[in-house]
This record gives sequence, C-alpha cells and structure tokens, in this order.
Amino acid sequence: MPVINSEVLPVRREGDIVSVRQAVRKWAVEIKCSLVDQTKVVTAASELARNLLIYGGGGEVKLEKLQEGLRGGVRVTFEDQGPGIPDIQLALSDGYTSGSGMGLGLGGAKRLVNDFSIESEVGKGTRITITKWK
Amino acid sequence: MSSSVLATVISNGQEDLLKEWVQQQIQAEGMRRDLIKVEELTAQSREFLQRFQGAVGSGDLINIRSIAWSPVLESISDLSRQRGRMGFTPTETALFVLSLKAPLTRLLREAHKDDPIKFIDEITVVGELLDKLGLYTMEVFLQSREEVIIRQQEDMLELSTPVVKLWDGIVALPIIGTLDSARTSVVMESLLQRIVETGSEIAIIDITGVPTVDTLVAQHLLKTVAAARLMGADCIISGIRPQIAQTMVHLAIDLSAVTTKATLAEALKTALQRNGMKVVSSSAV
Repeated sequence: MPVINSEVLPVRREGDIVSVRQAVRKWAVEIKCSLVDQTKVVTAASELARNLLIYGGGGEVKLEKLQEGLRGGVRVTFEDQGPGIPDIQLALSDGYTSGSGMGLGLGGAKRLVNDFSIESEVGKGTRITITKWK
Repeated sequence: MSSSVLATVISNGQEDLLKEWVQQQIQAEGMRRDLIKVEELTAQSREFLQRFQGAVGSGDLINIRSIAWSPVLESISDLSRQRGRMGFTPTETALFVLSLKAPLTRLLREAHKDDPIKFIDEITVVGELLDKLGLYTMEVFLQSREEVIIRQQEDMLELSTPVVKLWDGIVALPIIGTLDSARTSVVMESLLQRIVETGSEIAIIDITGVPTVDTLVAQHLLKTVAAARLMGADCIISGIRPQIAQTMVHLAIDLSAVTTKATLAEALKTALQRNGMKVVSSSAV
C-alpha cells in the first residue's frame, strides 16, 4: 500500500493527546473525509492515545497518509513499551477496564474505524493500528 | 594560574574593554537598537564587568555555581528576564555575554605577546567560562518564558469556565475547548458553586465548543451531572452536533440518564417548560 506521507508524534503527557487529535484531524481533512468520518477517526485516535499514555506509560504515535487506487486513507499506529494486555478479547469488551475509565475506549475505537489491529505481548508492549478510509 | 592574570588584565584595561565590548554589542547583527539605548547598555555592561572582575578575582574560573559567581549570575538573571519581557530574541539576549569574548581575547593576546602557549591555555579557560555564562543566560530566558506560559494557562482555566444565569432557576455552563481532568474539576467547582448561589434547579451544560467528545470527556460530563444532581439540580446537556452524536453511539456511551438537546435554545425551552413557563409571541397574548 503506497504511503504518501508520514509523521511521528511522541505522547508523554496529557497535552500531547491534543496534538495527536489535531494532527489526525488535519490529515483526515486532507484526504477529504466527511465531517462525521473526521470526528470518528479523531475520537478513536484520542481514545487510543490516552490509553497509550495511561496504561502504556507513554509511547509514540505514527501517522501515515495512504493512497490505494482512488481512495485515500489515514493510518495511525500507537506503540508503547508498557506492560502489554494479557487478555485482548476481555480488553475489547465494552464495560471492562483495568483502570478507572468507562471501559468503552478500546472497543469503541475499533467500531469507529475501518481497519483495526492489535498486537500485544505481556511485559513487552502493545501496538495498535487503525485505518480510516475515505 | 591564569586567574590572577585575567583579573589584572581586566582591571588594567577596564575602560577600553568596556568601550570595545559595548561597541561589539551595538554592531552585532540583529542588535535591537530600537529596544535599548546605548547609555542603558553601557550601564548594564559596566555593572556586569565589575561583578565579573570580582568573580574572576576569586580564582575560580570553572564552577560558575560557586558563591563567588553568584553576583554575576544574579545580574545575568535580571538582564535575561528583562530582555525576555522587552521582546529580545534568545540570540540577542545571549549575545550580551558572548560578545565579551572578542575584546577579552584581544586583551589577553596583548598580555601574552611572548607566550603563545600560555595565551592558548588562558583563552580556552575564558572561552569555556563565557560559554557557560551564555548557556545560563539562555536557561533563565527560557525559564521566564515558561513562567509566562504557565501563568497564561492558569488564566485561561479561570476565564474559560463562566457559569451564566439564563433565567430564574436556570444556569448555563458553555464549555469551550478540551475537557481534560484539570478543566473538569474547575468546571465542576464553579458550576456547583453557582447552583448554590442562584438556587437553580436546572443547569444546562453546553458542549457546542468541545471539538472531540471521547469516553473521558463523557465520563467527566456524567460525573458533573451526578454531582449537580446530588445538590438537587437537574442537568441538560446541549450542543450535541450530528457528528458527535454518531461518534458517541459507536463508542456506546450511554447518556440516556441525562436529558440531551441539540442546541442551547432547545435546552432553554425545555428548562422553561419544566419551570412551568412558556415563551410566546407578544401578538398572541
């Protein structure tokens, strides 16, 4: 899949989540996503960036602009070297949280985007990739 | 070894040194002649030079954090903060100390005409010393900028959470921007306070100005609503735009326990109705 452009943002504090949201929104606008799709991918990125910070202890967010034939897309990868997720199915289920949140973020983010993949190894870290196609 | 020579060199050639240094500063590229007068610059430079000479006389040319150097650091601090406020760039601010290098080098060269090795030794020490002072200038400069930013953030937190009274018994809280944890506690506090002050039974929280509503924002909203309810006030959340509504459905955020409206106007209408009031056109009365 041809990647046109990419950018890496660190997430170390709460303010960085705002930068991630703004960057994702900018790129979603660039590939001419509708307002609803923009909001969806920005919200998904916001959830995952916050998880990265709270549960992963911070990490990196990589943004990529994709072009496949006529359709454009935004792919966002969230990577941390945190404790990892022991049970991914459980983490994805609505209402489950290991922290103090609502337990809707991870599963919700999956429903908000077109492609969602998650790899996690306990003790090593977690990588989540989401893609929103126009 | 070198300290005594440097101190002597400075005290012998003080006036020349000062003149040359000030000249150097004025001629430097990007010097803001419009922001500072030559007389003021000369006075600042003279004072610094006196303190610098005193510190050099102590014999310690390595550790600028020692007591002997504290008057010098103090004067750099003042200057750096002052220039930061006046709108100097970091480079222009650092130039103050760094431009002392050239005239000092010239003085030392004259003093060590016959001993190039000694000259090089000494100039290395002096160079490092001035670099350290230059870096310290930058440190203070950035610190003073950061202080401004922190103060502005605090100002913004206060500014951004006005609770307005719409009608007897109805208050509204328009939220603009991101609703993070720090913001939420300020928002909640001022809302609850106003509910008590005005004796309101209905509070409208308007989120038209919140660009992204994710689960954390929703959680903060629900907590605020719950707290208001404990105080006997019902909340209406308004300003839910179509794209936000769709996103919230995907996130499975359940706001069914709270009355929600698309616009603040709708929310006000509902609030008035609950208070047994109705707005009608004057011709219909």
